[in-house]
Amino acid sequence: MKVQQISIFIENKTGRLAEVSRVLGEQGVNIRALSLADTSDFGILRLIVDQTELAREVLKKEGFTVSKTEVIAVEVPDRPLGLHSILDILDQGKVNVEYMYAFVERCGENAVIIFRFDNLEEAIRVLTASNVHVLPGERIYGM
Amino acid sequence: MMWNEEFETLPREALESLQLKRLQQTVARVAESVPLYRDKFKQSGISADKLTTLEHLRDLPFTVKQDMRDNYPYGLFAVPLEDIVRIHASSGTTGKPTVVGYTRKDIDNWSELMARSFVAAGTHKGDVIHNAYGYGLFTGGLGAHYGAERVGASVIPMSGGNSKKQLMIMQDFGSTVLTCTPSYSLYLAEIAAEEGMDIRSLKLRVGIFGAEPWSEQMRGEIEDALNLKAIDIYGLSEILGPGVGIECIEAQKGLHIWEDHFIPEIIDPVTCEVLPLGEQGELVITTITKEGIPLIRYRTRDITRVIAEPCVCGRTHRRLERMSGRSDDMMIIRGVNVFPSQIEAVLFNIEGVEPHYQLIIDREGILDTLEVQVEVHERIFSDEVKNLQQLANRIRKEIKDLLGVTCQVHLVEPKTIARSEGKAKRVIDNRKPSN
Repeated sequence: MKVQQISIFIENKTGRLAEVSRVLGEQGVNIRALSLADTSDFGILRLIVDQTELAREVLKKEGFTVSKTEVIAVEVPDRPLGLHSILDILDQGKVNVEYMYAFVERCGENAVIIFRFDNLEEAIRVLTASNVHVLPGERIYGM
Repeated sequence: MMWNEEFETLPREALESLQLKRLQQTVARVAESVPLYRDKFKQSGISADKLTTLEHLRDLPFTVKQDMRDNYPYGLFAVPLEDIVRIHASSGTTGKPTVVGYTRKDIDNWSELMARSFVAAGTHKGDVIHNAYGYGLFTGGLGAHYGAERVGASVIPMSGGNSKKQLMIMQDFGSTVLTCTPSYSLYLAEIAAEEGMDIRSLKLRVGIFGAEPWSEQMRGEIEDALNLKAIDIYGLSEILGPGVGIECIEAQKGLHIWEDHFIPEIIDPVTCEVLPLGEQGELVITTITKEGIPLIRYRTRDITRVIAEPCVCGRTHRRLERMSGRSDDMMIIRGVNVFPSQIEAVLFNIEGVEPHYQLIIDREGILDTLEVQVEVHERIFSDEVKNLQQLANRIRKEIKDLLGVTCQVHLVEPKTIARSEGKAKRVIDNRKPSN
């Protein structure tokens, strides 16, 4: 049910993002989804890639600080109020969203949203109980 | 274990009477042979025969680094140049270096004191001493080398730099003792990790680290990273070079200063008054056996205090508390006195914070600003912005609480702060001189 995500500490200076994409690209790692959280000082780049371990290894070798976190990927109806229906379920279930971002590809008729929760298990339980489709990692890495 | 048990355990009374005798000889000698002292003594009406107790030492004038610069290069030598067998000089970051000369007897004493220091640190004949202090004008390399040879250990004269080769030699030659600056030892650990080498599995047993101030927390880091006992050594080229003082391995608490060769005093760096025993202030040292360049009441600028309590190791020579900074490293930020070592202590107390930090001081308008750059390592990295901001806030708050100085904390990527192979550059002061 869970998806592996890698997060990279990025200082706010020119060329750092390009450096990440270069390192990954040269190793043939394909980025499936990404989001960048930024502050005035630094940023955290979160990536879902097709080869998580390899990506983590090569970035570490290049001197980046990298961590691995688990997130979940949820199918969201691609229509007005589609996202709302999911967030509403989470709200009712009192599950707190740490952050979220959209996936690049669609899954059939649906959009895919990546969620990070402080309580991952509870979120999965709440969502599946309401018949929301939570996508397995293998689906996501190969999309 | 002791190298020279008779002298290292000399009862205080005998030690102090030896000090007085040697002080009188030194004062008489420099009054004759060094114009600077001849003039200074004449001005203040001092002569060797008036020195009847050690208390009278405080009547003598101080010697400062500027005196050495003013007498560059040989003006303070107390013997003819032909009696000098070795010349060293300190790194002059501003202006001319300070020059010191050693007679054959001085080199012999230095070797003796370094031998005592090596043995106090728990090393002995049979050890393979990997000496990564720089060889050259700097006293560190040759000072440690001669002491290690005197002990009868096998010395590898590595000098500094070329870290990958250092690691290879340590592994292949089976080094058991590492001598270098504390920051360089951590740098070696880092390079080893990059090279996929397990530095903890080397035969290293003891590290003797000096030539820059370091903290108790940094000792913990080094002992963990390199799997050895980290011993603090003290010295300065003006007085001798390494081997003025050393921690004993039994206590690892405070550095025994070899009092049969040096007399320490602690003064208030502002008023220059001698402080009561045990109080913290600037260390002043008088050399009482040096022939080449004896110095009277040399202001070291190092901040410490004297520990008079007896030590578990049995040595009677008093200890100096780990240097907590230099009076001229002291930064004055918005009127507050701050030592880099205090900020280092704050960072080490926050779990996971890297020993790599840099302080940048600047001035905006009339206000001083302090920026603390800290490298974000995996142990403290979180993929949630709020956690990193909390970390930065915590560092800011603890510095504010401890030092009363507001600073900006800047989290930076690993290895963005320049690594030193010698002394760490912790402070960048961009303020223009005010005059």
